[in-house]
Amino acid sequence: MIKVVDLHKSFGKLDVLKGITVKIEQGEVVAIIGPSGSGKSTFLRCLNLLEQPTRGQIWIGSQEITNRQTDMMKVREKIGMVFQHFHLFPHMTVLENVTYAPIKVKGMSKSDAETQGMELLGKVGLVSKANEYPSRLSGGQKQRVAIARALAMSPEIMLFDEPTSALDPEMVKEVLEVMKSLAYTGMTMAVVTHEMGFAREVADRVLFLDGGQLIEDAPPNEFFASPKSKRAQEFLEKVL
Amino acid sequence: MSVSLNFSQFIPTIPFILQGIGVTLKIVASAALLGFAFGIVLALFKIGRIKLLTWLADLYTSIFRGTPLVLQLMIIYFGMPQMIGFEIEAFPAAVIAFGLNSAAYISEIIRAGILAVDSGQREAAMALGVPYPLMMRNIILPQAFKHILPALMNEFITLTKESAVVTVIGAMDIMRRAYIVGGDKYAFFEPLLIAGIIYYILVMILTMLGKVIEGRMRKSD
Repeated sequence: MIKVVDLHKSFGKLDVLKGITVKIEQGEVVAIIGPSGSGKSTFLRCLNLLEQPTRGQIWIGSQEITNRQTDMMKVREKIGMVFQHFHLFPHMTVLENVTYAPIKVKGMSKSDAETQGMELLGKVGLVSKANEYPSRLSGGQKQRVAIARALAMSPEIMLFDEPTSALDPEMVKEVLEVMKSLAYTGMTMAVVTHEMGFAREVADRVLFLDGGQLIEDAPPNEFFASPKSKRAQEFLEKVL
Repeated sequence: MSVSLNFSQFIPTIPFILQGIGVTLKIVASAALLGFAFGIVLALFKIGRIKLLTWLADLYTSIFRGTPLVLQLMIIYFGMPQMIGFEIEAFPAAVIAFGLNSAAYISEIIRAGILAVDSGQREAAMALGVPYPLMMRNIILPQAFKHILPALMNEFITLTKESAVVTVIGAMDIMRRAYIVGGDKYAFFEPLLIAGIIYYILVMILTMLGKVIEGRMRKSD
């Protein structure tokens, strides 16, 4: 469960988040959408403290991560993150990418980590690429490895920051399929996305952000059929 | 004017000069190791958050880059005994001087290399809960080294050549031996030329070694 109360984030004089309060339940899949510059990526990055909030509180389960006493590294182990530009480790093979953190951070044995790694690569359909370097993979394959890498830490929550935005159109589907099957396993997911189809089909709720504020929070059928706010209406007119 | 080069009389002295290779290599290898290790520490200070350490590392670099190497060497060999109360041998003095000096240059090379690694790598490591020391050792530095290998090789080549200044403190390196032979025979051109050829071959070997390492690091491209 993620609970966010009155979250503010400023970069210098620029207020990017202006007081966001929201709750994401265990096992929920939440799509975060909005125009560019609305603060949706910043919001997501605050959830594992890649950005330090200026003000407000964030709870992950019963732990307040915005409390300075919290060991952030321990919390991050429980939160997987997938980035727009993959950020695979280029000097490691696909399997090494997937086994690195379990071995070094969790202290898992190499053989256990490799067994688990191959299993995860199986789930994202990339067993045959286990010993390749990331530079040999397509964008879609890289992103699937990145998902496997995050899952290797057995996270309770997965954050996706525009996971398909940097992909060629024909590779979007393979990544969304992996995300969809992950959603069906009951993983708690927060997904910043421009894929309205994914939001509509897979998400339990849609959060619409604009100007650093949470404008709408509704189930997808409700949100896409009859957005309440003018800003959401205008946004949907442009993207649909 | 008559040119009178006579290499034949120097042939018996070549083994004596060649023995200097061991001395030169020992000094260069030890100094390179010291410079590299200390250079990494300085680079981490420079990019770190602790302002005092950044300032100290910058000051260090500016002093060691801002004064002649031969002066640093002479201060350590001739000057330090006055401060510490005992003599320093030529070998450790040379290793310390070259090591400290190249650390200043190497730290700048490494700093640039670290900054050239995509910031996403750091974020990905952080998101996985990888602690800072592990992140640096396993993720950032290996990628940085790939970028900076040519610059680093350059520094080691410079170090190999510059090691010839240990002659001034009497270490029996290639240069010193060539000089002694020259004094012995009252002819300097030939032994110095021999020394020059030896240095050139050493540098060529180093260059080739660098290419091999670079090729190996490229395997992930």
